[in-house]
Amino acid sequence: MDKTQIERLQQKALLIRRDLTEMLFRSASGHWGGSLGLADVFTVLFFGGILRYNAKKPEAKDRDRFILSNGHIAPLYYTVLEHAGFFGDKKPALRKIGSPLQGHPSHTHLAVVETSTGPLGQGVGVAVGKAIALKMQGSSARVFCITSDGEHEEGSTWEAVASAGKYRLDNLIYILDRNHVQISGTTEDVGNLGNIGARYRDLGWEVLEVNGHDIGKLLRLFDSFKYKSRKPRIVIARTIMGKGVKQIENDYHYHGKAPSEKEYLMAMAELK
Amino acid sequence: MNYQLNPNLLSNDVERKSARQGFGDEITELAKGNKRIVVLDADLGESLRLEEYKKKFPSRFIQMGVAEANMISVAAGLALEGFIPFTSSFACFTPYQAVSQIRISVAYNKANVKIIGGHAGIVTGGDGASHQALEDIAIMRSIPNITVFSPCDYWQMRKCVKVAAKISGPVYIRFSRRDVPMITTGKTPFRINECQVLRDGTDGTILAHGESVYRALLAAETLYKEKKLDFAVLNVHTIKPLDEKTILKYAKRTRAFVVVEDHQIAGGLCGAVSEYLAENYPIPVQFVGIRDKFGESGDPEKLLKKFHIDVEDIIEAGMKIRERKRMFVYNK
Repeated sequence: MDKTQIERLQQKALLIRRDLTEMLFRSASGHWGGSLGLADVFTVLFFGGILRYNAKKPEAKDRDRFILSNGHIAPLYYTVLEHAGFFGDKKPALRKIGSPLQGHPSHTHLAVVETSTGPLGQGVGVAVGKAIALKMQGSSARVFCITSDGEHEEGSTWEAVASAGKYRLDNLIYILDRNHVQISGTTEDVGNLGNIGARYRDLGWEVLEVNGHDIGKLLRLFDSFKYKSRKPRIVIARTIMGKGVKQIENDYHYHGKAPSEKEYLMAMAELK
Repeated sequence: MNYQLNPNLLSNDVERKSARQGFGDEITELAKGNKRIVVLDADLGESLRLEEYKKKFPSRFIQMGVAEANMISVAAGLALEGFIPFTSSFACFTPYQAVSQIRISVAYNKANVKIIGGHAGIVTGGDGASHQALEDIAIMRSIPNITVFSPCDYWQMRKCVKVAAKISGPVYIRFSRRDVPMITTGKTPFRINECQVLRDGTDGTILAHGESVYRALLAAETLYKEKKLDFAVLNVHTIKPLDEKTILKYAKRTRAFVVVEDHQIAGGLCGAVSEYLAENYPIPVQFVGIRDKFGESGDPEKLLKKFHIDVEDIIEAGMKIRERKRMFVYNK
């Protein structure tokens, strides 16, 4: 890792923020805030040499499995897939009839999507199933699962966490988007999450924390995944919902909203 | 067609065995020859007769604890990686505790998951309404991509399990807890797209699934002997996809249906058959099923009577449908 790599990734993250804002503005519906917030994490995973994938062979056996359990930040996922070359020369539109870019990621519409998500608390469990399967098959592939703090209000999320701890799934890595914001307000006002890290530790996980916008730190931490752990791992990435567009940062009203024309122009002027 | 049924079928000392034993026996047999089969359990393995399987294939038995929703998600993950997972629980837990997981992670994904729903119906008895799944078929058959089986006995259960492993895609198998008369034998053929004509007739047709098939046969026998009415009996073991061809054939031939099930009329086989007939060949249909009620604790036989889904109720429905048939103006 060197300075130029960090700068290159920062540039990439900026481009991805611009492109996903453009995508959302064109579709006039979709989740903007969380997509901006996790752009740095996605950039490091996909373009920092962490995740093993082959855009030409999205179903290659030895690929790392990537699951977006909080499916509503699909605009970020799709933008990253496009940058990674998964769509070739095509530029499919978000949320339009016949498009593979469904409002929430769909396995039936897009092969690279490991499992359809949308309702919270499911992708996290499918990730556990895939991790068990890969271990049974003796595969060295790993399962990366993105999840959100709001998703931890679902009981089934904790069922998945408990089962991964029970089976010591050392090939499973969750990355938690800890932005404290959900659709109706803050996670403190809406739900009751307690100490997330402590809950994970109690259930047999290794808990790591990082500033979700510090590319250098993210790179260093994610790079450590090449070393084996004896437990499933969770990275609690502290993020800011709406990161990069000052006027909407941390404002829960922008959780589930696409930019208006005015907001779009303002954002594009800022994301430079 | 010669189904090679149990010759003892209508005698008082007919052999009885549970469908859940059929599950345990067949899954153990299947797993020997197919390494892709795995079983996930939500703490009910003994009730679903999995002791033998567990002993023989410990590495392919995954205990998920009392967490049905996650069991279904994990099964979907295993299926998407090439395994053939069977999830085992009671029908009152899967589907109910995991409907969203079944809908998105299994059905929408077309994940090759086989969902076992035991202890179904009011005949679950003592455990009471909470444990008497009466809406499971309605839930499962209304979700796209899912095949729904309701076998009538031990041997048919074994065949459903075997066929389920062969089909690529989600399957739900519902069955009751107790020992029930063996209607079929190991030699009886089983075809997914063909319901079984267990008895031919011209005055009407009784359609049933699960252990209700036996009561339908007893009712048809009485209608014939005591009322001189000749009813056909169809064993609709596959509720989805529905064997529309045979159903249409018997609608045309007998012009009167009685549909019987230990399930709510809404959304069950009663619903499925009516939906098909309404659009294709409207004829009078009489329902013998649960009428928008919860069950209660009690002896299964007494519950069948109290909730009007017993043999006597089928006979009464047969008499009624005969009257309605006489009054009905059929389309030419």
